[in-house]
Amino acid sequence: MSALRRPGTMLAFVFLAVLLLAAAWPSLFSATDPNSADIQQTLSPPSAEHWFGTDQNGRDLYARVIAGVRLSLLIGVAASALALVAGTVIGVLAAQGGRATNTVVNRLLDILLSIPGLLLVLLVIAVLGAGTWETILGVALITTPGYARVVRGEVIRIRGAVFLEAAATLGWSRPQIVLRHLVPNALGPVLVLATIGSGTAISIGSALSFLGLGPQAPTAEWGAMLSSSRDYFTVAWWPAIFPGLAITATVLAITVAGQFLQLRLEGRAPR
Amino acid sequence: MSVTLAVAGSNRSAVRAAGFALLRRAGAALVVVWGAVTLTFVALHLIPGEIVDALIGTTRVSPEVRARIISDYSLDQPLLAQYLHYVGRLLQGDLGQSYSQGMPVSTLIGQQAGSTFALMGAGIGFALVTSVVVAVATANRPRWFRGPAVGVEVLSLAVPSFWLGILLLTVFSFQLHWFPAIGANGFNGLVLPAISLGLAPAAMLSQVLRQGLERVLEEPFVVTARARGVRPALVLMRHALRHAVLPVITLAGWLVGAFVSGAVVIESVFSRQGLGRLTSAAIGQRDFPTVSAIVLIAALVYIVVNLLIDVVYPLIDPRLREPAS
Repeated sequence: MSALRRPGTMLAFVFLAVLLLAAAWPSLFSATDPNSADIQQTLSPPSAEHWFGTDQNGRDLYARVIAGVRLSLLIGVAASALALVAGTVIGVLAAQGGRATNTVVNRLLDILLSIPGLLLVLLVIAVLGAGTWETILGVALITTPGYARVVRGEVIRIRGAVFLEAAATLGWSRPQIVLRHLVPNALGPVLVLATIGSGTAISIGSALSFLGLGPQAPTAEWGAMLSSSRDYFTVAWWPAIFPGLAITATVLAITVAGQFLQLRLEGRAPR
Repeated sequence: MSVTLAVAGSNRSAVRAAGFALLRRAGAALVVVWGAVTLTFVALHLIPGEIVDALIGTTRVSPEVRARIISDYSLDQPLLAQYLHYVGRLLQGDLGQSYSQGMPVSTLIGQQAGSTFALMGAGIGFALVTSVVVAVATANRPRWFRGPAVGVEVLSLAVPSFWLGILLLTVFSFQLHWFPAIGANGFNGLVLPAISLGLAPAAMLSQVLRQGLERVLEEPFVVTARARGVRPALVLMRHALRHAVLPVITLAGWLVGAFVSGAVVIESVFSRQGLGRLTSAAIGQRDFPTVSAIVLIAALVYIVVNLLIDVVYPLIDPRLREPAS
């Protein structure tokens, strides 16, 4: 495996595996309740008992960072999956439909792309209100045009391929060909995009909760934890460090993994 | 002589073709502007509850004011009339009223725009200078020199800007006291926010610039210049950089989006006045007229910038002036 020969890539995959474990079974990593407050222990620095220290309510920051993994991964994966499905449907429609469909779809995507990402998410929040699923929907909305464009390009690229003609000769129906041959073959670059895109989604999700417009308190969310750390800047540095490290490491690992997948894909591609 | 004439002739038809292409693009841009306007109208109507309450938000108003808003927005009319009224109002430059702030949205935006422009200008300046310096310094260099720069770029793209802001504040304002902490104006107050805002775009730009430089440095004209005895540094600055800048120009639209989105977050981190702060505050107060006005202005800027790129690009790159044959 070429991943093994690149230590950075290896590290990224191991870290992502650990994150998945922490998301599935947080108790494997921390037995402390992330929401249990201890008035005696507010803002105590990192120690053997509290690895990352405690926050202003005396809650264990390590337990809260671990508890935040699930939410961040949920936002990343769900938003990417939603955008992937929507983008694939729109992309295939644009490529397979007539010229009019193509133009209409293109203009619709242009409209979505013309609004800066975070502002479009904020517009969604202004309509639906703040919350986890609202965030996911908003982030999916801003990433869908990218997927749709790539899928459309891929479908147009493969459309003339011989194996599609063969399938048609064999009497396959058009929807069958699209679903069984066209879509699976067009998905490679989109899956790479989805991997890297889930990092972007996590980043935007944390920015939203930093603004107080994402998942609502007392949910342990990395961006929200950083936001409340600002009130204690001068007395405690640890609440401002560890959640930010968690976001950065997660996004970095996802990016590195995505770039590796991209290289693999390009190496495997016939041209 | 006949050669010059032929060139002049092909230039004229090329100019005409470019003119048509530009008109088509301008038309498409208008369609997108209209689409963005329609999108905000649809968004307003998707808000649960009565539309008049969606416009007012959390502010308490008297029944008379409420009745006046209903008639002002033609909310008692059929949907199509409401839509035409909405578009007509925007065409006259009327962005509506912010009921939470008790003033027209355009006044509100006018008050806050200066601070945001200063922040974005400083951020863009930082990003451009940093990316050019880093790309020129590391293009075609040995792995040990180039590798760390690439690593820093990848890291810069992963660090959330608001956390970077918090870190910079902690170190340079609270520990070292080099820069004012919160809400300060003037140049000193701009340094940390501009770096927080501009670092990720700088990393992106320097990646694109370096790729461009390394591609150009393999071109025959660069080899020729070197063979003429032009110093490598001069080849890089005078010949290669001009070509490498081209792909960066196409990123200008992306940059607008990145800086607008970034400003929303960074203004909050540094408690700065500005359009970003205004937006997040407006969402908290459910002040939809303000939110949709800012969304529309941002979309308009993005669309105009992209149109400008279409106009400027062929002027900079003569290869694009030839009609595609």
